[in-house]
Amino acid sequence: MSINTSSSAFRKIDVDQYNEDNFGDEDQGELQSPPVGPDESEVTSLLNQGKTIDALKTVLRNAPLASKNPQVKDNAFNLTMKVLLYIKGSQVEEAVSALDRDLVDVLMKYIYRGFETPSEGSSGHLLLWHERAYSVGGIGSIVRVLTDSKKA
Amino acid sequence: MVERFSFGVNPITCHAWNKDRSQVALSPNNHEVHIYKREANDWRLINVLNQHDLRVTGIDWAPNTNRIVTCAADRNAYVWTQGSDGNWKPTLVLLRINRAATCVKWSPFENKFAVGSGARLISVCYFEKENDWWVSKHIKKPIRSTVTSLDWHPNNLILVAGLTDFKVRVFSAYIKLLEEPNDSGSPWCKKAGGPGSLGTLLAEFTNSQSGGGWVHGVSFSGDGNRICWVGHDSSISVADASRGMVVTKLRTEFLPFNTCTWVGPNSIVVAGHNCCPLLYTFDSSGQLSYSCKLDNSQKKEAGGLSAMRKFQSLDRQARIENDTALETVHQNAITGLCLYSGSKGAITKFSTSGIDGQLAVWDMNLLEKGIQNMRLN
Repeated sequence: MSINTSSSAFRKIDVDQYNEDNFGDEDQGELQSPPVGPDESEVTSLLNQGKTIDALKTVLRNAPLASKNPQVKDNAFNLTMKVLLYIKGSQVEEAVSALDRDLVDVLMKYIYRGFETPSEGSSGHLLLWHERAYSVGGIGSIVRVLTDSKKA
Repeated sequence: MVERFSFGVNPITCHAWNKDRSQVALSPNNHEVHIYKREANDWRLINVLNQHDLRVTGIDWAPNTNRIVTCAADRNAYVWTQGSDGNWKPTLVLLRINRAATCVKWSPFENKFAVGSGARLISVCYFEKENDWWVSKHIKKPIRSTVTSLDWHPNNLILVAGLTDFKVRVFSAYIKLLEEPNDSGSPWCKKAGGPGSLGTLLAEFTNSQSGGGWVHGVSFSGDGNRICWVGHDSSISVADASRGMVVTKLRTEFLPFNTCTWVGPNSIVVAGHNCCPLLYTFDSSGQLSYSCKLDNSQKKEAGGLSAMRKFQSLDRQARIENDTALETVHQNAITGLCLYSGSKGAITKFSTSGIDGQLAVWDMNLLEKGIQNMRLN
């Protein structure tokens, strides 16, 4: 190996910039999920009625993963975090087992996003969620958090 | 159930068998291709194909015409023919690409082969007698990313490619000078009424609605009406042309898979980063479901802790416990999977190779006896 192996500057050279017809991510996105995100008042009223699992399903099912609008995504994330932190530790297992596999993947995406921006006491609670989601979705669920381009 | 062979500590990039499975060509993760001949339970190195400058990325051995094609990161492909003295003679194929070649596959009739590359195209190559050289024709549109995997339809006319733009595309690979387009009845050609000219896009599938990562492996079924592929989101997908291109997708709980193949009309074997081949079933209602893992080996019990081992381990790794062995045959990711005996409609044996430098041959019939809930249909 050459002496220069520690230098990785060459990786920053964009060898494709002079190609015509380059691959662009933007033409990937036909919007699959509703771009508006979950309805906050509906979720709050479900929480107030004690229907926490229905609230969780509602936020996850309407998650605006395909949205390009950071404001919409942030709102949905904050609402999801509110629901996740509202559900008590003893109910987490029940809640996760009520979700189908696709929603567990969505849940996992929000759990990891929650780890990125922790608030007081949130990480410990999210670890509990993570443990349960992992036991259902397996390592594949975590792989999809990393792989999917439509993120939480 | 499984025969395992080790070819040293280097990863096996790819491997291919000759017709009677007495010889195997493999690349030890460098620019060379080694050919081993089986002698009882041992393998003897009989040839080294040393022509590429950079890492070999693909090998395929045409069983009937006994020709080997190899491609490499040096952007070249060679077709190797065996002389009467047993030595292999290379013929350079001008692929006309400006990035590394990534994979290569002979067509079923062995009169042409396809090379995928990082140059965002597929080269379909055939031999031109008049000029005594291999000609390559390009499939360019609408590929805009690296081709990771290829597979041929049994009718010799259609090609499926897995790509890094999260898509799977089915192309016509019909070469006018070479053959008759004699398969207008194939469901892939229904819309066009025939395979169309080279490069006609016959179908396109997205790996996942939520992105889904690179497609690592693709495979046509034995009858050619279905394709399956695996992606980096740990998913397995099946598209059925005889049912209006319906896609069935299963997100699994495992690490991503690198390769897949049909082993029966309704059975798929996948293998990859979880080091263990898995069997999935595609039932008549169009559901894809997990059947079983094919690797039931138990973790080797360390036979006591001898003083010698203890100090050796302390010396080398600074710890007494030294048990990093996986409970699978392969000790690292599986990167290659080849048919060993049978056909795609009913595979009886297949082989896997991986980063751990091992080659394993799996016997489906013996596995079926040994594993309780395994059904091959």
